[in-house]
Amino acid sequence: MSSYVIRRLLQGAGLLLLVSMIGFAILHLAPGGPLSQFAAGGDMTQEDLDRVAAQLGLDRPLPIQYLDWLWRMLQGDWGLSYRDQQPVLSVIGSHLGATLELMLTSTLLAMMIGAWVGILGAIRRYSLFDGFATIGAMIALSIPTFWFGLVVIYVFSVGLGWLPSGNRYTIGDESLANRVHHLIGPCMVLALVSTAVWSRYMRSSMLDVIHQDYIRTARSKGIPERRILIHHAVRNALLPMITITGLHLPTLLSGALVTETVFTWPGMGRLFLDSINYRDYPVVMGILMFTAVLVLLGSLLADLLYNVADPRLGANAT
Amino acid sequence: MTQTAPRVMQDEEDVLDVRNLGISFRTPAGEIPAVRDVSFRIRRGETLALVGESGSGKSVTSLGILRLTPKPPFCSITGQVLLRGRDGTVRDLASLPEDEMRDVRGRDAAMVFQEPMTSLNPVHRVGDQIAESIRFHEGLSRRAALDKAAGLLDLVGIPDPRRRLGAYPHELSGGMRQRVMIAMALACEPRLLIADEPTTALDVTIQAQILDLLRRLQERTRMAVIFITHNLGVVAEIADRVMVMYSGRVVEQAAVRPLFRSPLMPYTRGLLRSVPRLDFAGLGREPLAAIPGTVPDPLEPPPGCSFGPRCGGFLPGTCDAAVPPLEEARPGHQVRCVRWSALTGEAA
Repeated sequence: MSSYVIRRLLQGAGLLLLVSMIGFAILHLAPGGPLSQFAAGGDMTQEDLDRVAAQLGLDRPLPIQYLDWLWRMLQGDWGLSYRDQQPVLSVIGSHLGATLELMLTSTLLAMMIGAWVGILGAIRRYSLFDGFATIGAMIALSIPTFWFGLVVIYVFSVGLGWLPSGNRYTIGDESLANRVHHLIGPCMVLALVSTAVWSRYMRSSMLDVIHQDYIRTARSKGIPERRILIHHAVRNALLPMITITGLHLPTLLSGALVTETVFTWPGMGRLFLDSINYRDYPVVMGILMFTAVLVLLGSLLADLLYNVADPRLGANAT
Repeated sequence: MTQTAPRVMQDEEDVLDVRNLGISFRTPAGEIPAVRDVSFRIRRGETLALVGESGSGKSVTSLGILRLTPKPPFCSITGQVLLRGRDGTVRDLASLPEDEMRDVRGRDAAMVFQEPMTSLNPVHRVGDQIAESIRFHEGLSRRAALDKAAGLLDLVGIPDPRRRLGAYPHELSGGMRQRVMIAMALACEPRLLIADEPTTALDVTIQAQILDLLRRLQERTRMAVIFITHNLGVVAEIADRVMVMYSGRVVEQAAVRPLFRSPLMPYTRGLLRSVPRLDFAGLGREPLAAIPGTVPDPLEPPPGCSFGPRCGGFLPGTCDAAVPPLEEARPGHQVRCVRWSALTGEAA
């Protein structure tokens, strides 16, 4: 088991290196740069701009810049944000809480509702409920997030005045009630799509399981239907869900770009978007690497959990 | 609900009395009658073999007895399935409410399935899977049920039963898993055991062991056994009586010796001829006979005798006129063929 983990981690390190190279290259290929912000202001001479570029090290050849960044990164120095000269790690850290709050709530909500919708849809296949759930999921998956976010704001904030239109809390009022109040809108938008996704996965996984021979065996033993469903069917149907959860894990911390932007939620998604707009290279690279690490850890964790949950794998997973 | 016949079984020794059982499936293509007008009885300690090729309705019959077929409206069951329970009461399984049916399954009648590889739940320990029905039917604690499960594993010949309780199905061989399935079926000492091709998926030496085990257990518990198979060698070895099915109907029923010695239905004779026999090897170089053609499409059955199109003794105007009745040719020997006497040269 431990040798398996070490092998996976080494593979992961190689992958991270590749991700950093490609990310760095694409970022610098994008037109414009950190200096265009200053240049647009118009009150800086070319001389000033060159001096700033030299200060930031942007006048060096790209491979040198990359190696410099990599070398510092390996030493634990993620660099300073171009925007406010804060260390990248603390910039990321200050946005994590908001993202985690939003993503965790919406994901838990989506998993719980989605799983039940999927389970019920599978055991009452082709019923009215299943039909509505299927159509509902298709609609939810087809709706663009930004549009649905705007609709929620338009209906519940502008029209009905029930919900705030953005932010994490009202300045000066950080009570739980106020935070929850602000959470409802973006949470609803995020949960809509994920609920649809989870319900579809759960439904197909459940359909696979309920036609298995061992379900018939359980039925032939005369145990209650409820127990067959939970103990025999759902228990097996949840196995593939572990993988999906693991792959979903990174988004808990990397955030939702569109929803956070629409609801001016001060999370990682919005930080990423803002940093790209400002060509804040250190922060963009920082978020990129942070997310890449999460993806690798998430899939590793899913594989390890799978080994624990499925006795068929536990024995020979080394 | 009105009863078409009183719920009485003529003989105290009868465990199961199936009367005019019909099972049909609703499909987009139409109503498919999988089993039609099947009647039979089994006594305590008796083994009835249900024989037929794929699609003959033998497995559906066995699933229908315990109502493990899909729920209505996808599948409908008609007729009567009278079962004498452990407490002596007779119940009609075909009309029993679902929650009472649950009490019957696993307690009064249990089932062993064909595929030991897939019939056990992969994520639960075999001990818990055996103990499960004991806990529900006899209300024992998990610990007491596991104790009983260990005894059952010992009974079905699994060495070191205490330790095996904690094994997962994938850690056991096919033969071992089928023993576990049998232990599971026997957990609550059922009066009736339905074994749906329990040895088909196993290799020959293991087959013999499992058959031997079933026979030994039957002597001990005097349970009635319905043994579904298409292997006539197995039938000769284990059965007291044989019921041959073809396209959903019983076409011949007799004790095992008369059936093997003088089969009356052309289909049964075809089946017997298509079994490779060691004692003929080297004598004549007779090629193995096969029955030409395939089982008819249940949606478009041929007129009259459903075996007619494949039968060597088919007589136009006679065989395709009407579905032949199941006729008592000799005492205890029934056949569904209007020409049996002409074809076998025996007097009716």
